[in-house]
Amino acid sequence: MTLLADFTDAVARYEAVIGLETHVELGTTSKMFCGCATEFGAPPNTQVCPTCLGLPGSLPVINENAILFAVRIGLALHSSIADWCRFARKNYFYPDMPKNFQISQYDEPLCVGGHLDVEVDGQTHRVGITRVHLEEDTGKSLHVGGATGRIHGATHSLVDYNRAGIPLVEIVTEPEIRSPEVARAYVVELRELMVALGVSDARMEQGSLRCDANVSLRQHGESRLGTRSETKNLNSLRSVERAVRYEISRQAARLDAGGRVVQETRHYDEGTGTTSGGRTKEESTDYRYFPEPDLTPLALSADYVAAVRYDLPELPAQRRARMAEKFGFSPLDLEQMRNGGVLDRVEETIAAGAPPAEARAWWLNDLARRAAEAGREPAELAITGPDVARVIGMVAAGTLTSALARQVVDGVLAGEGPPDEVVATRGLAVVRDESALGAAVDEAIAANPDVADKVRGGKLPAVGALVGAVMKATKGQADAQAVRALLLERLGQG
Amino acid sequence: MTITRDEVAHLARLARLALDETELDHLSGQLDVILNSVARVREVAAADIPPTSHAVPLTNVFRPDALRPSLAREEVLAMAPAAEEGRFRVPRILDEV
Repeated sequence: MTLLADFTDAVARYEAVIGLETHVELGTTSKMFCGCATEFGAPPNTQVCPTCLGLPGSLPVINENAILFAVRIGLALHSSIADWCRFARKNYFYPDMPKNFQISQYDEPLCVGGHLDVEVDGQTHRVGITRVHLEEDTGKSLHVGGATGRIHGATHSLVDYNRAGIPLVEIVTEPEIRSPEVARAYVVELRELMVALGVSDARMEQGSLRCDANVSLRQHGESRLGTRSETKNLNSLRSVERAVRYEISRQAARLDAGGRVVQETRHYDEGTGTTSGGRTKEESTDYRYFPEPDLTPLALSADYVAAVRYDLPELPAQRRARMAEKFGFSPLDLEQMRNGGVLDRVEETIAAGAPPAEARAWWLNDLARRAAEAGREPAELAITGPDVARVIGMVAAGTLTSALARQVVDGVLAGEGPPDEVVATRGLAVVRDESALGAAVDEAIAANPDVADKVRGGKLPAVGALVGAVMKATKGQADAQAVRALLLERLGQG
Repeated sequence: MTITRDEVAHLARLARLALDETELDHLSGQLDVILNSVARVREVAAADIPPTSHAVPLTNVFRPDALRPSLAREEVLAMAPAAEEGRFRVPRILDEV
């Protein structure tokens, strides 16, 4: 049984020191060193060739887009791009690499230094980047015979090499993160950055963005680092935060009991939210790194790097700053829209003419609720920003009430066409016809003589019942304010 | 001695080479001679001469990001000592060292 300290107590007594290593699969068409496809979910071992299988006589050649993408990442993280670097062989025997070595970078990473600013509760934390290097991904193993697919207790393993050789970027932070929340926020920010740069789909559930967390504790005020553990297998944002919390509690309990933290690789179990020890870490000299003789060195020119920098798209942080300034969104607004994944949609809605506050409200309230009901993301709903802007516009012009607007949205979501078409086919426009409305008002008064008398007698709130009757008669297509005014006028209270 | 017998044994284990005691003695001596010979190069290599890792003075050899045909799976798995469910079947990974 693992002893755990209370988390709040633990962080009161110790300072947590967290560094993250994030692996991002680059979204190139072909693999890092050969022309095999990188498609996720293809039948096992159908995207392999002599090069990625490491067959004798095959030679790797660097994919130019992998370099381009890695440089984009480095520049977006404010790293300096090496004007000279080499790939290295990392030698180890493990069935996930058929060559018995992985082509990686060791002492000469492509990008060095840099930082990423992340925001938590309106506070900015600058996370230093140590390095960004390029390598190739490994194959995927399926462990058979053990409990829940774990390698421990497995009788044998089945390996699919489709993933082996997909370009992978490893982004290493300085040990500057101090809380599980900032760790999570860093991964959120990094993920958004990858998507904005167009270098990866960064889908944690598909493994195209994976995270390892190095966690250690030390006394507050101590400058030396404590012994760290490295937790692997963090495949969701929730896992990143929970695993770090768990490690802090676990290590605190050990230190409290006068014990030591063992430097080891730990495995995170998403089901239980706990980590367990695995192999103790190899010395890096055991990998016997040496410069990869089959690849030429990289010597990127300043012109090349400048051109990549020039072509960088707007980055997520720049975009948020712009949206705050231009549209008046508060940091909280922006955080909610980010978390809801609707920044793009809100911006499209505003671009199509809607006032920012209303665009935000529609996507965060009504549409977010409908998405939740359908078990999808708001951005996946079958309604576009311009559609929403059109609905907002019709409400503002008085041709739709907010109740009718929701029905129009229903129609659009049901695939009945754009808003104007739904309004036409469902006949949803506000009843403006004075005579039709007048008839409905007269009918309501005639059908409720008692209520009408009360209103005539000066009990104005009683008019609500009559408004309700008219709205019912017009199937909600009348403007309640107009109906109320008309009723009061007819009853001599106008 | 530039390399100890223990280091050679360690390297042999990392390289999954089963060396017996006689082979270890023999290879330790040979490797020591080789390392000493290489070390002599260091005596003439000045600080301004970078170590050579590549014999050909080429940089930035790239290929366009384009697909090329992969192998047929039957062909791939025919090379595997054992296969199951379209995958390479390998012995238990842990506890093997």
